[in-house]
Amino acid sequence: MFLNELKTGNKALVKKIKASGEKRRRLLDLGLIPETEVVSKRKSPSGDPGAFLIRGTMIALRSEDTSLIEIKPLNKYTEGR
Amino acid sequence: MGLTSQSSGINVLRESFNLNTEKKNPIIALAGNPNTGKSTVFNELTGLKQHTGNWPGKTVTRAQGYYLYHNNKYTVVDLPGTYSLLSNSTEEKISRDFICFAKPDVTLIVTDATNLERNLNLVIQITELTDNVIMCLNFMDEVKKKNFSIDIKGLIKDLGIPVVPTIAREDKGINELEQYIEDIINNNIIIKPEKISYSKKIEDRITKLIPALKKQYVELVNYLNFRWLALRYLEGDNKIFETIDKLKQNLIIQNNNPDVKGEL
Repeated sequence: MFLNELKTGNKALVKKIKASGEKRRRLLDLGLIPETEVVSKRKSPSGDPGAFLIRGTMIALRSEDTSLIEIKPLNKYTEGR
Repeated sequence: MGLTSQSSGINVLRESFNLNTEKKNPIIALAGNPNTGKSTVFNELTGLKQHTGNWPGKTVTRAQGYYLYHNNKYTVVDLPGTYSLLSNSTEEKISRDFICFAKPDVTLIVTDATNLERNLNLVIQITELTDNVIMCLNFMDEVKKKNFSIDIKGLIKDLGIPVVPTIAREDKGINELEQYIEDIINNNIIIKPEKISYSKKIEDRITKLIPALKKQYVELVNYLNFRWLALRYLEGDNKIFETIDKLKQNLIIQNNNPDVKGEL
């Protein structure tokens, strides 16, 4: 599962960053390293970008980037809601 | 030629950042994550009223000011807030090029004490690049409000740099910062930050790369941190090398034509 698929209000752990080069560096610098907890907080009206809580800071990310972040969801019970 | 090649070289580099090098003031750079109070610290130090605001990206270019401490004048440069020096966004390039090539005498990193985990990434990136670093733990009032404490002694030990708690809004801790800056400039304190060591494979590559890079940039051999440069090379960061090539050209032109400088 990838971060762009995480429903608003749900938590996940980062598993792998599938980007490379500058994009990878950028995502790592924003604190998205493996085992980091991420919360999907909000979505813009069109659904993209979304706001994510990452290590104490709210950060807006586009799905072109979040679709490269492999995650493990933490609240399984909300899946498919 | 009256100037030694070393002093004129660093001045050429500094002048390319619009720094006035005639007065020979020590240069203090303010770096830090977005929204950690860099501009507030800047204003408290300089007495200026640079616009401060609670939103990220406010200081996109650099602001410059001065202050006096014990009758010595210091130039302060407020850099844009960044999470990193390595991702090549405009703000990051400004901050990184400045620390890398203008070689501030002291780099003051302003951090948000309530969110240290995020801030330490930049601290470590900067200590990897330069030794004269002070960490300013800002928003200490918020730490108290949120009922947690910070192991400052532990930070000092692990990072190997001075760590100064401040509440910049209330001018608290600013004197201590100024004292540390003076002590560093006067060589009363020598700072040796704890350096990150990489895997043997990477360290071996660094050792091999350094002499090759020194040969490539022989004109800049006194100004660049070649271990850091080797790491950038291994990471595949081309932009930094484009910048260095440009600086190298400038330096060669200026050093070969000191008499006609400014006449054309």
